Amino acid sequence: MSRPLQNQRIAIVGVDESDEIGIVPNKSPLQLHAEAAYNALADAGLSIKDVDGLLTAGPFSTLVVAEYLGIEPRFTDSTSVGGSSFVIHLAHAVAAIRQGYCRVALITHGESGRSARTRPPLFQGLPDSQYEVPYGIIGAPIRYSLACMRYMHQYGEERTRQAMAEIAVATRKWAQLNPKALMRDPLTFEDYHNSRWISYPFHLYDCCLVTDAGGAVVVTTEEVARSCRKRPVWILGAAEGHDHNMISAMPDLTRTIAYRTGPAALEQAGVTHEDIDLAMIYDSFTYTVLVTLESLGFCGPGEGPDFVANQRTAPGGDFPMNTNGGGLSYTHSGMYGVFLILEAVRQLRGECGERQVMHKKDSSQPAKIALVHGTGGSLSSCGTAILARD
Amino acid sequence: MTQAEQRPLPVPQPESDFYWEKCREHELWLRRCNDCQRAYFYPRDICPHCFSRNVTWVKASGRGTLFTYAIVHRPPTPAFRDRVPYVVAIVELEEGPKMPTNLVGIEPDPAKIRVGMPVVVDFEDVSPTISLPVFRPANSA
Repeated sequence: MSRPLQNQRIAIVGVDESDEIGIVPNKSPLQLHAEAAYNALADAGLSIKDVDGLLTAGPFSTLVVAEYLGIEPRFTDSTSVGGSSFVIHLAHAVAAIRQGYCRVALITHGESGRSARTRPPLFQGLPDSQYEVPYGIIGAPIRYSLACMRYMHQYGEERTRQAMAEIAVATRKWAQLNPKALMRDPLTFEDYHNSRWISYPFHLYDCCLVTDAGGAVVVTTEEVARSCRKRPVWILGAAEGHDHNMISAMPDLTRTIAYRTGPAALEQAGVTHEDIDLAMIYDSFTYTVLVTLESLGFCGPGEGPDFVANQRTAPGGDFPMNTNGGGLSYTHSGMYGVFLILEAVRQLRGECGERQVMHKKDSSQPAKIALVHGTGGSLSSCGTAILARD
Repeated sequence: MTQAEQRPLPVPQPESDFYWEKCREHELWLRRCNDCQRAYFYPRDICPHCFSRNVTWVKASGRGTLFTYAIVHRPPTPAFRDRVPYVVAIVELEEGPKMPTNLVGIEPDPAKIRVGMPVVVDFEDVSPTISLPVFRPANSA
C-alpha cells in the first residue's frame, strides 16, 4: 500500500541540459526549453504525456512554454524572481504534488544570454528604471559590486579579495573535470588578480559567464518515482524568500535572505550543516558565494574568507562546492538556478565520474545529502533545497 | 545617435511626479511618515516601514555619507560607453534613507574614494525636464 499523497516523499526523477550548452546561436531560447524538457523526461523514463504540471521562469510564461511543448497542464507556475526561481519551483512542485494539483511536474529553463536575437523591452516606469538605471546602475555586475564594496569596508578588503580569488580558482578546477563546462583552461591566482576590471571591486573572473543553455527537472510522487529509470533523489526540504528588488533597497548588503531560507530548509529536512556532502551555491559572482555561505550559516558574518581559504572548496578539499564548475566556469545563461539542481542530482546518483563527490560518512558511496541554493535578482531572492538519495 | 545609445532617463510616475519636479528645481525631497516618523526612499504614498498612509513630503538637507560605491569600467549599455570609468554609489542621507546615485567631483580611483566620506547633493540637468540628484565630496562644494 502506498502512503497517502500528503505524506509521500517527493522526488526528482529526471534532469538534463539542452543538447548543447555554451555558445548556441543556432537555437532559440524556446528550443532550449524544449530540448532540455525532452532530455530530462528521457532521463526519467517518462513521457511528455505524463506531465501535468509546468513551472518556468523568465520572459516566457508557462502559457508560452506549454503551447510550444504541446501540453495542457493542470498546475501552472510562472514564478519568476531571478535565477533562484527554479530552486523555488522545487518547493512549489512539492506542495502542488502533495495537494494533488499535479502528479508529474516539469520545470524548464531556456535562455540565450549570449546569442539572443532580441531582448525583452524594459518597463520604464519601474522604480529601478527611475532611480538606478539613469545613473548607469544597470545589470548584475554593477549592482553586486556595490554590495561587495560594502562587505570589503566592513570585513577587510585584502582578505575579501583573497577569498574571491580562492572561489574563482577553485571553481575553475571543478570545471576542468566537467566536459560540459565552457571554461576549462587552468586559472591561476595570478590570472585572477591580473584580469581587467568590470566594475571595481569586480575583476573579470569575479563574474559569471554569459551563455546559451537550457535545463529541465522532473519532479513526481514516490509512487511514480519507483517506476522511473533512475534512482530517485528526494526533496527533503525547500524554502524561499526575498527581501528587496533594487540593490539600493537591500536591507543589509552583506547578508541575503538565505539567513532565513537556509535554516528553514535544513530544519524541514531534519539535517544540519555538518550533514551536507555537497553545496551547490549560486555563483553569479564570487561575492555571491561568500555572502551566501555566511547567510546560510555555514560560518558567521565576516568569516567567509576564512571558511573558503586554502582551496577548501576545490577538488580534494573538505567542502566540495559548485562541482559542475558553476556559473563562473561551466555555464550561466542568465537565470542559472536550474543547473544547480542538475549537478546535485547527478552527484547524488553517483554519475559524475572524475568529479564525483563521496559521502562523508561512507567514502565508498556517492554524496548522500546536497544543499542547493539559488540567488536571484540583485541578491534579492533566495531558494534553498535539501536533496538526498536513499 | 540611435535610440539605443541615448542615456536612459526616468519616466516619472504619479507617485514620483513631485520628487522629479523638485529635482528640476535642484531640491531633494523625501517622503516621511507622520506615524512612525521615518523618512524613506524611494517616494511612495504608503510608508514601507509601517504601512501608514499618513505620509508627507520633507525637504532633505542634501547631506549624507558614502555608504558604498563601485567604479564601472565596462559600460553596461552603449549609452554609457563614453562615460566609463564612472562611479556608482549608494549614499546614506542624514535623514536616514539610502539612495542610489553617482559620485561626482572626484577621480574614479579607489585610493581617493572612502566609504563613509561626507557627501553633498548636486544636480545634473540631463534633459529639459529631468535633473538627476548626484553627490560630490562635501569638502569640494
